[in-house]
Amino acid sequence: MAEIIQGDNHKGGKKKAKKHSTHIDMTPMVDLMCLLITFFMLTTAFSKPKVMEIVLPEKIKKNEKVEPPKIADSRTLNIIVGPNDKVYWYPGKADPAALVPLQETDFSATGIRQILLDRNRALFLKIEQFQQDVITGKLEIKQDSVASAIRQLKKDDDTGPIVLIKFYKKAKYKNLVDIIDEMSIVGIARYIITDINWLEEGMVERALGMPVTVSPTAQK
Amino acid sequence: MPKIKLPTKTPHIDMTPMVDLFALLLTFFMLTTTFRPQEPAPVDTPFSVSETPSPDANIMTVVLSADNRVFFNLDNGPDTILHFRPKVLAEMGKRYNIVFTDAELRKFEKYGASFGVNIKDMQKFLAATDSKEREVLEKGIPIDSVDNQMALWVLFARQVNPAVKCLIKGDNNVEYPLVKKVLDILQDKNVNRFSLITSLEVVEVVDAKK
Repeated sequence: MAEIIQGDNHKGGKKKAKKHSTHIDMTPMVDLMCLLITFFMLTTAFSKPKVMEIVLPEKIKKNEKVEPPKIADSRTLNIIVGPNDKVYWYPGKADPAALVPLQETDFSATGIRQILLDRNRALFLKIEQFQQDVITGKLEIKQDSVASAIRQLKKDDDTGPIVLIKFYKKAKYKNLVDIIDEMSIVGIARYIITDINWLEEGMVERALGMPVTVSPTAQK
Repeated sequence: MPKIKLPTKTPHIDMTPMVDLFALLLTFFMLTTTFRPQEPAPVDTPFSVSETPSPDANIMTVVLSADNRVFFNLDNGPDTILHFRPKVLAEMGKRYNIVFTDAELRKFEKYGASFGVNIKDMQKFLAATDSKEREVLEKGIPIDSVDNQMALWVLFARQVNPAVKCLIKGDNNVEYPLVKKVLDILQDKNVNRFSLITSLEVVEVVDAKK
């Protein structure tokens, strides 16, 4: 339309309608779309949080006559998570008559991980070997059955430690996640989160150099 | 000698296919993203090596904030026609003799963030128009044995949606006794399998052959 009017105004001269290209410059639109796509791509990829599964042993109700499962002292490793990211551990069972001193360590790679690893080496190596075989193709196994195969390896293991994880009352939630994380890094087959008892609370307080506030009667 | 006239054409590239593709991608990403609503309390989740992504639907989340408040959240189920949220709220209302109107139930269904209000304040909470008003009411869900609303939320969430999975999202600095209390409440309601929400962390390889 505009071209026609323009053409009429020209008198005498060469009647050359100006050629308007019908091209629309799409560059800004492409720019914007690029930006939006990047935004949506990044937000979808990062918004997914990760989860760590834990299973707690079923509680024994008061009126049920079920004995708590018995475990061998020799395989038991007690870990007590203390305040200020400290970790205490002792093997076996706490005996009021002959108290074992608590060993202090921390959450670093050379701390509790090394201790657990020393005790769980056989299983850890077995799992590592299995994963190596899967990656290199030595072992033909479906991707989704890898996890269940590892679970079976853990189930069959009977040399690794049975870890009892206990928390002193001043521990933080972060420590809970950290210690369970250590279990999965090292591949501990059996670990349980249980309540701390008064004896162990006293042991932690003694190790911290605090006055011992607990006694068997104070326990409810 | 006539001059050689070069065609004065601007080098236009046809961008239409590119725009087409971009539009398609953009639509795809826009439709697949689900926006996470603003959480009422900032929660710094601890790190772990777990790489399992959290499930999309059938979840209930217990949020423990750094100031030891407890929040709760649940989803509407895998399909929006299931309306799990309003159903659970109606059940809670029945228990506390509060009748929620349809509008309130609908508002609760749309409110995607986790909430930490006493059920008695819920109507005020739903009527609130901005986040400041809501913040005053969010004192955390009562978890003490006198008025254990947390246990009831868990109970009704599981009654309405039996397939619901329990997620716990805690701040780094939450004290262990609170965590223990929440775990106890969940175990009382026969929830023994939890997922802890964590952020991914890279851990240096352990040298086992030493």
